[in-house]
Amino acid sequence: MSLDHAIDILLLAFMAVIALAVVRLRDLFGVAMLFSVFSLLSAGVFTIMDAADVAFTEAAVGAGISTILMLATLTRTAREEKPNVSRNPALPLIVVSITGAMLVFGTSDIPRFGDPQAPVHQHVAPRYIEDSPSEIGIPNMVTSVLASYRGYDTLGETTVIFTAGVAVMALLGMRRTRRRNGQRKDTD
Amino acid sequence: MYAAAGLAIMATMVLAITRTLLGPTVYDRILAVNMFGTKTVLIIAAIAFLTDRMDLLDIALAYALINFIGIIAVLKFFEYGEFSRGGRGRP
Repeated sequence: MSLDHAIDILLLAFMAVIALAVVRLRDLFGVAMLFSVFSLLSAGVFTIMDAADVAFTEAAVGAGISTILMLATLTRTAREEKPNVSRNPALPLIVVSITGAMLVFGTSDIPRFGDPQAPVHQHVAPRYIEDSPSEIGIPNMVTSVLASYRGYDTLGETTVIFTAGVAVMALLGMRRTRRRNGQRKDTD
Repeated sequence: MYAAAGLAIMATMVLAITRTLLGPTVYDRILAVNMFGTKTVLIIAAIAFLTDRMDLLDIALAYALINFIGIIAVLKFFEYGEFSRGGRGRP
């Protein structure tokens, strides 16, 4: 076992510890901070798995923006989580265990990580590698797939994200300015 | 040598996580998260040298920037945003 694997295992173990702590903790500010650490850890795991673009997104969105959004939400709600009142914790545990077992079972016939014979590398990837330099002319093939071959798809995604951003701004931003203006009048 | 550095960074990561979990005050947690972000940058740099993938160093630099901006944003929000309980000097 090389150190690379040791780092992998340690990062995943940290993630498990933090996930448990998020479930246990009642202070929601601490939970938001722990989510930030969780995102950084998963971004590190993505980086080690050579998925740099996913890792960038995870670090910027997970550790950056969503932490801020959670804190902004906390200013509207309470900072302490209410105690759980559900009477029967056995049912959720059973559902989660069965789902988890099925997911683990589903990984059994997944091709090995980075296997060049995996179906995903045999379907359209050879064509992109062959033709994208002459057809699109962008050195980075991921960019040419995202921005040209799947341009409409990316446009749709951008529209969805823009709409979601506008909605969040409308929910959080407007109310804050109004309240802050009112507060300023009070202090004046 | 990079392996030893990686292990040392891992040890400090454990300490930072412990402080995030225990942290009695909000500032402990914020500082622990900031430190953890720095450790993530360092571990990515160590992995870059360990596996000879120098392109990871750019990612580490970008993480350092994201971490800095994120902590500034959290602190600014904590200072100027209104939390329903706790606030300046009484976290």
